[in-house]
Amino acid sequence: MEKYLYIALFAPLVSSMFSALFTNTPKKQFVGIIASLLIFSAFVSSSILLTHILDGGDIVHVEMMTWMATGNLYIPFGFVVDQISVTMMMVVTLVSTIVHIYSIGYMDHDKGFNRFFAWLSAFVFSMMILVMSDNFAGLFIGWEGVGLCSWGLIGFWFHKEVATWAANEAFIMNRIADLGMLIGIFLVYWNTGSLQYDIAFPAMAHLDSATLTWMGIFLFIGAMGKSAQFPLHTWLADAMEGPTPVSALIHAATMVTAGVYLVIRSNELYDLIPHVGLFIASLGAFVALFAASMALVNRDMKRIIAYSTLSQLGYMFAAAGLGAYWVALFHLMAHAFFKALLFLGAGNVMHAMHDELDPFKMGGLKKVMKGTWIMMTIASLALAGIFPFAGFFSKDTILEAAFAEHHMVIYGVLLFTAGLTAFYSFRLVALIFHGEERYKIFGIHPHEAYKFMLIAMSPLLFLAMIAGIFQTPFFEMVEEILGATEYHIHSHATLLIMLVGTQMFVGLAILYAYKKYASWSSVPDGSSVIENSFIYKLLYNQYYIPYGYEEYIVKPYNELSAALWEVDKKVVDASVDGIASIFYSAGENTRDMQSGNLSTMLKWMVVGTVVLLSLAVVFGLAARYSGEIMSILSGLGV
Amino acid sequence: MEIGLNHYLILSTILFAIGLVGVMRRKNLLLLFFATEILLNSVNIAFAAISHYYGDLTGQMFAFFVIAIAASEIAVGLGLLIVWYKRHGNIDLESMTSMRG
Repeated sequence: MEKYLYIALFAPLVSSMFSALFTNTPKKQFVGIIASLLIFSAFVSSSILLTHILDGGDIVHVEMMTWMATGNLYIPFGFVVDQISVTMMMVVTLVSTIVHIYSIGYMDHDKGFNRFFAWLSAFVFSMMILVMSDNFAGLFIGWEGVGLCSWGLIGFWFHKEVATWAANEAFIMNRIADLGMLIGIFLVYWNTGSLQYDIAFPAMAHLDSATLTWMGIFLFIGAMGKSAQFPLHTWLADAMEGPTPVSALIHAATMVTAGVYLVIRSNELYDLIPHVGLFIASLGAFVALFAASMALVNRDMKRIIAYSTLSQLGYMFAAAGLGAYWVALFHLMAHAFFKALLFLGAGNVMHAMHDELDPFKMGGLKKVMKGTWIMMTIASLALAGIFPFAGFFSKDTILEAAFAEHHMVIYGVLLFTAGLTAFYSFRLVALIFHGEERYKIFGIHPHEAYKFMLIAMSPLLFLAMIAGIFQTPFFEMVEEILGATEYHIHSHATLLIMLVGTQMFVGLAILYAYKKYASWSSVPDGSSVIENSFIYKLLYNQYYIPYGYEEYIVKPYNELSAALWEVDKKVVDASVDGIASIFYSAGENTRDMQSGNLSTMLKWMVVGTVVLLSLAVVFGLAARYSGEIMSILSGLGV
Repeated sequence: MEIGLNHYLILSTILFAIGLVGVMRRKNLLLLFFATEILLNSVNIAFAAISHYYGDLTGQMFAFFVIAIAASEIAVGLGLLIVWYKRHGNIDLESMTSMRG
């Protein structure tokens, strides 16, 4: 089994290095194909490992080599394939295989074709390290690695200033959170003496609750950054400047779920501190609602899907915070499938519409883009949680968990958000695919994407439809490691009312969205009553949070930096320049010595000899009579 | 009066001072060479005298080395001097200022 572990881990690295060889050459089709094949081999290896674990096989745990060994600190490059990491590996390799194949078509006309695959595969490698590491240090390497690759891919079109800005924003926001995470990791090491999961977590049971709380909080701060939870959420929507396959892979299916993965991985820690868990759950529920509300009015297709990702991450945190780790992990998996599908569908639409992102300028696309239409509709149904698609099983279980744990406020918020989710998802579908063909005003001739792109997407479509049947096997698999409890509502009647009620609520939201937007005919120009209402403006401007960050953090920081720059110029630079100018002027003044006249130079040589000799004599005497000199000096009171 | 080590050292010092003044004052390249010879030989005297005083041959051997090196130095120096004279028609130090910084 170790063989498959290494293939799954290193095939993406090989793929990345291979593609990197061609970064400066023109587009080469085979780079994309070979990269896809290598990622596919990682997927196959992960599948073999999954069947091994599903068959009740032993956890695969290898220690590749020692990384650091000094004193009491021992950190190996160790990798573990257990029930949690194998799930993540499946999600990562499956979605990335599909995204790689899809990108061959999507990046077809891009100059950076080869470079794109180098970054994308590097991302997969970092993500594999993140999920497979058996210690916090390895996890942190992967964590930083995905951050770096995310930066490179958001800013992939670096000639666009917004793209580089968004890339930097994402990187800096994550850096802030990573500091918290790093502190958390240090706390773990100081208090348990190890970073290995299998040593650190059992040791935590003996620690006092205050220490554990701090650990939990700091680790969660790291998770908040990576998973774009409030208040570090602004980068995710801006990250949509990257190419769409990147949004599908990194900013929907995998990297942003790393925070959820961290909380699930640390379940033994969070089980000991339920109050932090409750905070995580509350924040998750808040973010779910908060992000969904911003998605309601946005007019950028990719941002709407990004907000929905944010909202779904909120659901995952709500579940994980309430101790329903397996539900969180299951939703993570199901969400990866339909959200990646949704993004790739949006990519097709973008290609067809020549990078137009405003759904109000589309409409009626179902006639020309039948395949994409079906896929996006089903993905949206799955996202909305309609039976029998994937989202129904995962999202409803989160609601049930909240209900069964008697957190009615969280339950209520999540239920309401489910309605919002359904509404904005179908607002988007209705605006893009139904109604009048508003794109004609702009003279665009849309066309369906390449066939092989649609075929590449079909596994996701399939999984978005049927992932629900995996719920029981999945539960049985992770049961032993995540201490899973099945969330049964005791009375059958209550359960039935809840299920049907939720379904009806969501169904009504969908119908309302269709009724309102399916026959939309004009492009809004900002003059309608709704668009001028306070709430619309508040939501459209993302609660003015980016504006607030800009005004109250970035600008004062800029001013502070400008002031400090002055200090730098007048103090630091001045002293350095001063030292330099002393030498410079000394040289300038003594260059007259170098008159070229042998006689003068010989005189100077003699002067030098005399000076050196007298110094030697003085120091020699001082050394010989040091005792006497000291006594004279002390007599003088020095 | 017995001639002792001090007399030799005093002679050596006087010769060294004469040589040093010569090195600093002479404007003629040939005389500069003479001055250097005086400097070197003043040191040779000191070497030989101290060697004799301690009964150790090392100093006298060193003096031989100095003589050998001084000879080769003068050989090269005079060669250059003649070339210079053929080119410029003088051997005045004041005219040799091409190394001016």
